[in-house]
Amino acid sequence: MIKITTRVRTFMSAATVATVSLVGAAAHAQDAEFTIAVSIPAATHGWTGGVVYHAQRAEKEIEAAFPNIDVIVTTASSATAQVSALEDLSATRDLDALVILPFTSDELTGPVEQVKSNGTFITVVDRGLADPTIHDLYVAGDNIAVGANTAAWLVDKLGGKGEIVVLRGIPTVIDDERIKGFSDVIAESDIKILDVQYANWNQDEAFTLMQDYLARFPNIDAVWANDDDMLLGVLEAIDQAERKDIRFALGGNGMKQVIEMVMAGDERTPISTPYPPSMIASAIYMTASQFAGQAPMRGSFKLAAPLITPENADQFYFADSPF
Amino acid sequence: MSTANITEAPEIRTRRIPWSEMAPFIALAIILVLGATLNSNFLSSNNLLNVITRSSFIAIIAVGATFIIASGGLDLSVGSMMAFVTGIMILSMNALVPVLGNWAILGGAGVALVVGALCGLFNGLIITVGRIEPFIVTLGTMGIFRAFIIFLSDGGSLPIDRSLRAAYRPVYFGDFMGVPYPVLMTLVVIVFGAFLLYRTKFGRRVTASGSNEDVARFSGVHVGRIRTTTYVIQGVCVGIAAICYVPRLGAATPTTGQLWELQVITAVVIGGTLLRGGKARIWGSVAGALILEVIANVMVLSDLVSEYLVAAVQGAIIIIAMLAHRFTNAR
Repeated sequence: MIKITTRVRTFMSAATVATVSLVGAAAHAQDAEFTIAVSIPAATHGWTGGVVYHAQRAEKEIEAAFPNIDVIVTTASSATAQVSALEDLSATRDLDALVILPFTSDELTGPVEQVKSNGTFITVVDRGLADPTIHDLYVAGDNIAVGANTAAWLVDKLGGKGEIVVLRGIPTVIDDERIKGFSDVIAESDIKILDVQYANWNQDEAFTLMQDYLARFPNIDAVWANDDDMLLGVLEAIDQAERKDIRFALGGNGMKQVIEMVMAGDERTPISTPYPPSMIASAIYMTASQFAGQAPMRGSFKLAAPLITPENADQFYFADSPF
Repeated sequence: MSTANITEAPEIRTRRIPWSEMAPFIALAIILVLGATLNSNFLSSNNLLNVITRSSFIAIIAVGATFIIASGGLDLSVGSMMAFVTGIMILSMNALVPVLGNWAILGGAGVALVVGALCGLFNGLIITVGRIEPFIVTLGTMGIFRAFIIFLSDGGSLPIDRSLRAAYRPVYFGDFMGVPYPVLMTLVVIVFGAFLLYRTKFGRRVTASGSNEDVARFSGVHVGRIRTTTYVIQGVCVGIAAICYVPRLGAATPTTGQLWELQVITAVVIGGTLLRGGKARIWGSVAGALILEVIANVMVLSDLVSEYLVAAVQGAIIIIAMLAHRFTNAR
């Protein structure tokens, strides 16, 4: 009997301790117990503009849903500026988690490792770091698939033969992967890539380059610009030349204007492939789930790049996003 | 006697000048011949019209930059200013559509000119009243204007109202008796600029301020006022370029006009205007703008160079053109 009472007592005291700590947690929660820092590139072109938009939106949504989480979004205009921002963040605050879309892989690897040494949970988005053991969570789109899925669709629609031109972006890993994914699939068909040139993910340069392609090649069956921003310039050049030989003009990334065209059933641009800037929001949510709920998140998450068609376009369309 | 001397002096000079003045045109001719031999499509009227039309933005802005550089100044902000002006122009056109209908285009064009002139005035006043190096001032405003367009567009793109698209499109894509409107607009700007620079007192004061500030001041030239005016002229040129630019893609984005300042300065210098001031060659600046655009066109039309090396060849051609310039000058 005595033994039992002691047991009951121990149980009771344990329960009290638990209740006290729960109350403690609740009291803490009001002044945000967990800090998640988000470091992303500044809005210098359409896609990064979308990243900033989705990051800020996710910040508001998460802070409203989980009062114990504070999200801080900082933007940086260069790799150096991003390193400085990381130093400032970790010097002034106790970070529970860092969600980072690194400007460049190599330059940011050391500084992020530094932040991790303080016990911060690291989520890397889009561009991986040079050392994959640093991140706890990795969220990215599939650049190879962006190129490969578009190419597979094109091979199918052109019946495995034809002549196409390609516009590529800024010399980076992202651009290389898309081009590789695309040309590997094309190489297995009889489609001939007439030329590939850089247009730096810039509408104006894409317009100019497409004008030159049109002047040089009397017959072009299809165009692939590896980004929807460039596609808009390409379409303008084709319209001006009044060329009827171009059956398909495709982009990638899922830009708002292009998804509108897909929705409207445009014949020349019937599809796009997503490399959505909203991946930053997916990453922030996954990171927050570590702290807000009992949903541990570790590992690598590769967002698929399925074709955006008129049937599923509304899932990739965000009316008030700038991109 | 003195009048005789004065008329004599230019005669001796005219015999020497043509070579140095002709240099950018000779360089342009050589590149044209090169292009024609590399690809037969190069000389097709479609291709040439495309290239000339698209070089009009840089050419128009380069006319303004010729004034600034000749007066001993520099403007690094033109590319960002261009983006900012297109942004404001698009916003005001979109706001005016419900009231004015298609006339909103004219309203927007007016806004572009005024905003451009004000941006230029802002640059000019800080430089002359604040007595700060133009390099630093315009580097600052370059960042400011760029940030404004990113802010206005939320980092995305700022399109013109759909109802204006069809009405406005011909300003870039249309032509008058075969000459595209942007080219006509460029010609008007050049002729007006050349008149101002070579035939008026103001023009002589611009080059005087650039060749020797102190001498100009002692001979009664209000150097500060002259320089400020050159920045306003540059602003108006940017406004005109914006009017031709908007109908092309129908949108302003954070990358609009990116690095144009370097192209403009390169065009002006290739054209024979001295970067240190005191000498102005408006037609040369325009030839410079054409050279830059034609080189890029030839690079795409020919298959000679790997896509990774295109920029290196462009850089090399510019340097060679300048060296040729130096040798013809030395003669």
